[in-house]
Amino acid sequence: MAKTHPYIPNSDESAIRQMLSEIGLQSIAELFEDIPAAIRSKADLPVPSKMTELETRRHVEGLLAKNLSTRDVLSFLGAGVWSHHVPAAIDAIITRGEFLTSYTPYQPEISQGMLQAMFEYQSLICELTGMDYANSSLYDWSTALGEAARMAARVTGRYEFLFPKFIHPERLATLRTFCDPVDIKLVEVTQDKRSGSVDVSDLKNKLSSRTAGFYLEYPSFLGFVEQAVDEIEAAVHQVGSLFVAGCEPISLGALKPPSDFNTDIVVGEGQPLGSHMNYGGPLLGIFACRGETLLRQMPGRIIGKTTTQDGKRDAYCMALQTREQHIRREKATSNICTNEALLALAASMYLSLLGPKGMSEVCSAILDRTRYAIDSLRKLPGVVAPAFDAFHFMEFTVNFDKTGKKVSEINDGLLKAGIQGGLDLSSYFPELGQAALYCFTEVHTHRDIDMLADKLRMILEA
Amino acid sequence: MVFAQARWDEPLIIQLSRVGKIGFHESHSYDRTVLDLIPSRLRRKQPPSLPEVSEIEVVRHYTRLSQQNFGVDLGIYPLGSCTMKYNPKICDAIAASHKIQELHPYQDERTAQGILQILYEASDFLTKIVGMDKITLQPAAGAHGEYTGVLLMRAYHLDRGEKSRDEVIVPDSAHGTNPASAAMAGYKVVEVPSNSEGCVDKEALKSAVGPRTVGLMITNPNTLGIFERDILEIAKIVHDAGGLLYYDGANLNAIMGKAKPGDMGFDIVHINLHKTFATPHGGGGPGAGPVGVTRRLADYLPVPIVEFDGSKYYLDYNRSKSIGKVRAFHGSAAVVLRAYVYMLLHGKEGLQTVSEVAVLNANYMAQKLRKIKGFSLPFGEGAPRKHEFVLSASLLAKETGVSALQVGKRLLDFGVHPPTIYFPMIVEEAMMTEPTETVSKQELDKMIQAFERISEEAYAKSDQPATSPHATTVTRIDEARANRPKTMQLTWRSTNPTS
Repeated sequence: MAKTHPYIPNSDESAIRQMLSEIGLQSIAELFEDIPAAIRSKADLPVPSKMTELETRRHVEGLLAKNLSTRDVLSFLGAGVWSHHVPAAIDAIITRGEFLTSYTPYQPEISQGMLQAMFEYQSLICELTGMDYANSSLYDWSTALGEAARMAARVTGRYEFLFPKFIHPERLATLRTFCDPVDIKLVEVTQDKRSGSVDVSDLKNKLSSRTAGFYLEYPSFLGFVEQAVDEIEAAVHQVGSLFVAGCEPISLGALKPPSDFNTDIVVGEGQPLGSHMNYGGPLLGIFACRGETLLRQMPGRIIGKTTTQDGKRDAYCMALQTREQHIRREKATSNICTNEALLALAASMYLSLLGPKGMSEVCSAILDRTRYAIDSLRKLPGVVAPAFDAFHFMEFTVNFDKTGKKVSEINDGLLKAGIQGGLDLSSYFPELGQAALYCFTEVHTHRDIDMLADKLRMILEA
Repeated sequence: MVFAQARWDEPLIIQLSRVGKIGFHESHSYDRTVLDLIPSRLRRKQPPSLPEVSEIEVVRHYTRLSQQNFGVDLGIYPLGSCTMKYNPKICDAIAASHKIQELHPYQDERTAQGILQILYEASDFLTKIVGMDKITLQPAAGAHGEYTGVLLMRAYHLDRGEKSRDEVIVPDSAHGTNPASAAMAGYKVVEVPSNSEGCVDKEALKSAVGPRTVGLMITNPNTLGIFERDILEIAKIVHDAGGLLYYDGANLNAIMGKAKPGDMGFDIVHINLHKTFATPHGGGGPGAGPVGVTRRLADYLPVPIVEFDGSKYYLDYNRSKSIGKVRAFHGSAAVVLRAYVYMLLHGKEGLQTVSEVAVLNANYMAQKLRKIKGFSLPFGEGAPRKHEFVLSASLLAKETGVSALQVGKRLLDFGVHPPTIYFPMIVEEAMMTEPTETVSKQELDKMIQAFERISEEAYAKSDQPATSPHATTVTRIDEARANRPKTMQLTWRSTNPTS
């Protein structure tokens, strides 16, 4: 029998008795009698007994205390999730119960707030990327990429999808699980080992009338920015394939938007726009496209602006729902239902708070730290930074081959000094040698970078 | 019953924009000419047309929008199959710590032992609650869990050399995500009809299964809120044909501590943490959809899995038969953390109470609502429901012209979020209602009274239902206009006053 519980108003005996008697029952057990005895649970659930709120807080905070966050150690990790300053106003708004505890706006008249916010999100993503349409979120960059490849195949009726060699390895792994079951063949395109640039002749060799699309990360996973985008675009479009760009959105405050090189689909990770890293999730999948043909094949929820039936007021509601699973079932463009709306709301706030000036400001802060870090690290004995001869934004590869030390040893040494070093790339891309991907954003100061350089020097000279 | 939602006539944020304003602290500690380092062919020539607004304007704008939005914190939200229960505040309070927010997924595992232990223990609790052997926390949502689950079935069959299996069976009452997930994995979808009791028609199932069967995806209780009591037989039919049985965990809130999918013969189970384990729905997301499996499917789970070697917790990527990655990194840790806190706050006693009271509330409401003129409870009028039930307004529609849609719109005027309407499709004028365990009897009675009032209005030929809602931020919306090519507007660009 039920025991009184603070979140379960009808768990007290008298409420239960009264409700049961009003519907002609003696006990709650009668409501479960249709579960056959053979499968009815006899023992208690094998989980601990309940704790009070105070006990729970102490217990869980005790566990969390074992973690070292970026406030405890100086961290230079990026690689798909990035440390940025999150303006306090964002957390204050997204924790408001009206937003936080609502769901998919199936009843638009009572959900105008979230609907308008999602319409604004779509608009802001379009301003940032230069694309025509954006959906109101997918799970993360990697699944957005998977959806983009499938969409490219649907639109073109072709079943090969090309990707660059130095793609984020987890994005590639996710892309595979989205493509393999529907027989989309993935083909790797070479990138130059010195500059990181896409090998355009290799690309041209691999592009054909079977190619659904080519995917380029901009900036790349390793931080360098492809310069030959126009040439690549021309080659991709010449064979009637789609050009898909994967973007880190902050960089678009200063870099040419993907629309400038005629990208058909843009995917990306929205976490840097006002969401915390949270050990890698939840994240925010950005998905945008150009043109009506692609729009009709886009996965995910889309919010439209309309009016009330009397025409007197502006209003918002879900649009193009016939693409979605709750209407179209197995013929839907994707199975997605629950998305990342709350993170999209955070992204809208972030882009609004910063505006064009703020975005440019964050970009220049990042470039300042990137440049300062390159200058500092390349002075270290045996260190090559950056390992690629190219323009880099926020992240770059540091090669330690000539130091005689492994990245894992170096990172161990750094951690002892309270520093989390860059991502060890040696298992992902062995051909890059003992290399690590370092990330520098506006959260780092020149002193932080000096400290990194000092500790590295001590480790390398030891 | 007085309800009035805020009406701010709030413009778009871009319409608040005035040149020169900013909602962000500018720094002056470095040289702005660094932007010139960007090669000119890569440099953005025109800054993005983002709004220029101060922080107070942004905060007011979004606070006003929030007031034009309805959530569980404001009132009853019995959206069927969505389990819109109360989200305990302590879960969010704990998740606001920098000890979770500012953790990086690639940081050294030695500095993440706390969160890894939480993920490990949450995996353990969830696995046991559903009676599976091994679980992945990776999927970002229920549908994502379904896709993962279908890929696991695929990996299992392919590993056994059974390449000809290409059909996934779903009941006609299944959630739309089930057939959509199966189709995403390249499979054909075979629908089996429900019988007169609203359960899977076993004869139809028998003729649907065969050497092409990948598996059957069902919920139990099903979308009518009825427990599939022949589940063991159903499992046998599917297993005998070499197929697998997939449990859609959307309805798990009905049976915690009462029955486990593992004991019913299921091989794969996804769990919606944002439903049963009360993580906030966030206006559409984030959620999380962990997937549990029996031993014979464990090797195929996506990487990484959180493991414990007796002294430390770690992420295991070394799984040769794994289907790979279904997303980047290790899953939605901040969502799993909240669910973990929720499980501790309830414990084994509380989780059972959750299901008992969720079922009591649903049956109380079903029995009251079906007696209201114009409404009925199709498929086994007397049979107990579980956590939800599907009311039909077909008589009301026939006799008064007031449809389920209009009943739903009129409910809004009473500050009640309507049930899920027109689903499942096997019920005419369906109103799929899931009150959850976190509503009081008083609140249930208020909603029942609202239904009575609407029935009276309908039979009295009042125009109230047809003209509703009146109390919401906006009156009835022209949804057709949002979809017509000529009037469709999906961004503000064409109305942007600054452009």
